[in-house]
Amino acid sequence: MSSKVRKLQYSLAINEAFHQMMACDKSVFLIGQGVKSPWYVGKTALGLLKKFGPERIIDTPVSENAITGAAVGAAIAGMRPIVVHPRMDFMMYAMDPIINEAANWHYMNGGRGTAPVVIWGVINRGGEQGAQHSQSMHALFAHIPGLKVVMPSNSYDAKGLMVSAIKDDNPVVYIDDRWLYNIEGEVPEELYSVPIGKGIIRKSGKDITLVSVSYLVLETLKAAEILEKEGIKAEVIDLRSVKPIDKDMLEKSVKKTGRLLIIDGGWKTCGLAAEISATIAESALFKDLKSPIYRLALPDIPAPSSCTLEKEYYIDCNKIINKVKKIFE
Amino acid sequence: MMEKKISKIELKKIYKTMLRIRICEESLVPYILNSEIKCPVHLCSGQEAVAAGVCAAITSKDNIFGNHRSHGHFLAQGGKIKDLIAEIFGKESGCSRGRGGSMHICDPSVGMLGSAPIVAGTISLAVGCALASKIRKTNNVTISFFGDGATGEGVLYESLNFASLKKLPVIFACENNLYSTHLSIKECRARNNIFEIGKHFGIPGFRIDGNDVLKVYAAAKKAVNFCKNGQGPVFLEFMTYRLRGHVGADDNVQGVHTDIRPLNEIKKWKKKDPIKKFERYLLENNIFKKIDFEMIENEVITEVNDAYIFTRESSFPKASELNKYVFKS
Repeated sequence: MSSKVRKLQYSLAINEAFHQMMACDKSVFLIGQGVKSPWYVGKTALGLLKKFGPERIIDTPVSENAITGAAVGAAIAGMRPIVVHPRMDFMMYAMDPIINEAANWHYMNGGRGTAPVVIWGVINRGGEQGAQHSQSMHALFAHIPGLKVVMPSNSYDAKGLMVSAIKDDNPVVYIDDRWLYNIEGEVPEELYSVPIGKGIIRKSGKDITLVSVSYLVLETLKAAEILEKEGIKAEVIDLRSVKPIDKDMLEKSVKKTGRLLIIDGGWKTCGLAAEISATIAESALFKDLKSPIYRLALPDIPAPSSCTLEKEYYIDCNKIINKVKKIFE
Repeated sequence: MMEKKISKIELKKIYKTMLRIRICEESLVPYILNSEIKCPVHLCSGQEAVAAGVCAAITSKDNIFGNHRSHGHFLAQGGKIKDLIAEIFGKESGCSRGRGGSMHICDPSVGMLGSAPIVAGTISLAVGCALASKIRKTNNVTISFFGDGATGEGVLYESLNFASLKKLPVIFACENNLYSTHLSIKECRARNNIFEIGKHFGIPGFRIDGNDVLKVYAAAKKAVNFCKNGQGPVFLEFMTYRLRGHVGADDNVQGVHTDIRPLNEIKKWKKKDPIKKFERYLLENNIFKKIDFEMIENEVITEVNDAYIFTRESSFPKASELNKYVFKS
């Protein structure tokens, strides 16, 4: 590629996607709480207000339902809004415009209208923030027909998937994790996109397939490196899109390894890990499995506050290593 | 007098719109009763003046959003009777290709962007559409049609605040037909002051006789001008009454008697029938002769009959196309 590649923080990669998309498409605008603030949405909104003005960078009152609805309505009217929820817990106020309206719009109008809106939710886990400032709701949205859900794990995908989400003619739920915001990764300067619905193999291996998404891809990769030294060669798949899921990539990998562990930052019951597990269990691969399919997901418990409980609650590299070792026992 | 400014051609158009709505609505009754129509149908007979008067004040470049009771809005904004009836009968040739039914009707080509039965669900969408107009500087107005029952939903208040804050060109058109589904609005609201709801957000509000089409038109025209001058939103409460029950054909005479409204109340409102009222006005002021009414009625009956022929000749959506339109590709 002729384009210059340099290291960029995850949050700045998102910021670059906004700058480039807003410069080339006048219908793109950003709306939601905190977009005028230098800290509220990390560095993702850096310089946008100055460059594009308050008409297209719209900071809002805490009215998630109406503001998300307004973004959906603007999308129906032909715009390409991004509506941000700096804490995705507050997005629960906006379930009606997301699920009843945006997701159904194209279908229930027989294709005569569509809502190309990006609904962007930020997960703010940890830091003793407790039950209502820590929730990862990707499975909830992935359940809904008409929605696409993406969860980038690094700077390159953060930019590329945001570009794809904005360009997509359908509503896309873009979920990122605040823990990723300051991590640097290589990002081309040019405008590029990462396809929605395509996963990526972060590390090849033959013994077990480890599937993960968003922040937990980093922990999974760390675990895979350590496991390799101990003789277990794990293949790490970064799903990148929770919906649609890259079924082909999963099947090919599991066919090769015969073992599957899904690592998910959402709750276990009816979650993403359950969905992937069922997808493989009901496929022709069932007979190729050398062991049961395992899930390492959050327990069905609200996020605690105290750090000792948080340590027990969240998944990290060590928990992944222990789980894999148990599978091979 | 405001009425004198309206040309005979315009008066004829408004009258014809009202008649199109009434004859279309009443034509559905036998098919609701014999279950040939299967989807839930919320007839707006008796409320024609609101749709006809408001939509006469705007053009097809302006936009409207409706609700579960929106056949009238669809037709008044220029939607075709055949597209509506085919949709209600679940045909592929319907305005939403048989995917929406009576509660999801749209015709973006004339500015009718959509309707939804989640009470108050499209209010924020209309606000977003107005936001899109403001960003693009198109100077178009958006009408949000909702019922008195929708004033119980929180999103209305968030929407009013945001629309006023950003001085958006949106008209909140509340059709107060005195009932929130089955329940008298008196049993829903602490005060009888719907038209004043916007005042606390700095939005001018007016209560209008919604069965007097000329008063509706005059108020809508004034509100449209207010919006187009960049002065922000307007709230209009139209006092009206549906001649049939909440859903289906029920009028306490035909079908099952689910309508619990007092009979003497229905009788009283039948005397205020907006079409008869307008006919009297047109005759008394020597604007129309009896023969004019007959000619218009014949035109409308022909249009409705043609719509039924079109619907009968249309096919149902193919089962193999169940998943068509989930996503725009």
